[in-house]
Amino acid sequence: MIDLVLIGLTRFIVGGQAHWIGASPDTRQRIYFANHASHLDTLLIWSALPRLLRGSTHPIAAADYWGKGKVRRHIALKVLNAVLVDRATQGPPGAALAPLRGVLAEGESLVLFPEGTRGNERLPGPFKSGLYWLSQEFPEVELIPTYLDNPSRAFPKGTFLPVPISCTVRFGAPLLRRAGEEKDEFLERARAAVGALASDPVA
Amino acid sequence: MSLSDKLFILFGGICALLGIASVIGFALSRKVTSENGRATVENLNARIKAWWVMVAIFAVSFGLGRGVTVVLFALTSFYTLREFISLMPTRGADHLPLVAAFYVLLPLQYWLIWIDWYALFTILIPVYGFLLLPSLAALKGDPEEFLLRVSRIQWGLMLTVYCISHAPALLTLDIPGRPREGFLLLFFLITIAQFSDVMQYVFGKLFGRTKVAPVVSPSKTVEGLVGGGLAAVAAGAGLWWITPFTPLEAAAMALAIVAMGFLGGLSLSAVKRSMGVKDWGTMISGHGGVLDRMDSLSFAAPVFFHLTRYFYT
Repeated sequence: MIDLVLIGLTRFIVGGQAHWIGASPDTRQRIYFANHASHLDTLLIWSALPRLLRGSTHPIAAADYWGKGKVRRHIALKVLNAVLVDRATQGPPGAALAPLRGVLAEGESLVLFPEGTRGNERLPGPFKSGLYWLSQEFPEVELIPTYLDNPSRAFPKGTFLPVPISCTVRFGAPLLRRAGEEKDEFLERARAAVGALASDPVA
Repeated sequence: MSLSDKLFILFGGICALLGIASVIGFALSRKVTSENGRATVENLNARIKAWWVMVAIFAVSFGLGRGVTVVLFALTSFYTLREFISLMPTRGADHLPLVAAFYVLLPLQYWLIWIDWYALFTILIPVYGFLLLPSLAALKGDPEEFLLRVSRIQWGLMLTVYCISHAPALLTLDIPGRPREGFLLLFFLITIAQFSDVMQYVFGKLFGRTKVAPVVSPSKTVEGLVGGGLAAVAAGAGLWWITPFTPLEAAAMALAIVAMGFLGGLSLSAVKRSMGVKDWGTMISGHGGVLDRMDSLSFAAPVFFHLTRYFYT
């Protein structure tokens, strides 16, 4: 019930049409990695996925936003099936990835925002290394570059109400792993794959 | 004849027309062989299908009364404004004026029409919106392309909210001896504007040779304009019995709608060209966006409203 209301609201305010450009919707295990522009991003990708995939796909959401307040927390955990990650986690490198590994180990899919923080630019900023470690540990999982068009205009950083501007979600062709590729090389290639899905800026 | 009898006949007539169009579309899809022709016929059939849906939506909202009809137009304004703003480059500092445009001015405009506060709904956006939007944008302190950005939002509001809202505003007109007949005026306006568009498209496809404005809108031809326009004027004259107009006056009113509709289509084509797009969106399959269907109505509505209000109330 809440999920239908959320999808309806998302469609009404920002549209969120899905464009499957290089991949088709599939139940195969995947990591969707996307540019991060607004708090709408999680909702956008989740509502762009077909119903069948929504149940087994878990967006990674920042605990300091989605974990706050009873309602938001309930929506994140129970409706969006999100995995809350504490961005301030200290400790050995990769420690914050533990809950993500758990999801992948169970055979479910993930939605990841490797920039780690929201940006205002059309093209994504540098990626953090989590995507690389996960792609190494789970070589069978398909890596789908995903581009979100416009959410930074609809819901810019520092505002509290999204305005109606149409956003689209574009899913690209799976990123192939190359044997012996260095971490930074891989991350740069992943970032370029997301950026390549951005259309020409208007005017 | 009562109002509901008239509306029943009118929508019945539209359904009959669409039925004929659907049959022709089906026959054409059987006959056509060339690649190019098939694409045209497919688009034609998508358009006809979308027309069925749009006519159904209007028939239901008319049946449910003034409130639902006003809400339907408010939603139309919402979607067209969304399409318009989505294609425009906006900056972070435009967020507050956009919040005001979508969540304050748009609902307020339709609320004023609902309560029939004529003196305020005719100046809300041209005067108070004009003062409010730049103020909100300036508060954010970003001078980059300031005038351009504020003008775009103001223009979008004028076009999609202010102008379109003059269509349901017809429901507020009190024509002596004709209570509640605003629905018929609204039907007249929408039907003539859309029929003119359709006929211009049909005449243009069949006989179009001379382009009116090749750079701005390659699909508009003199033959289409004249043939489609005359057909729409004739249809307007034929609908005189649902209006307070004589047949000749109805033809003149239809001519005004056709002329404004043509100018609206042309002006918005120029805007689309300048943005480097062909359609405003993808919401109505075969037609493009909602604004692609509302461009002519948007220009025609205020003129038709004022002509009717000035001469017949």
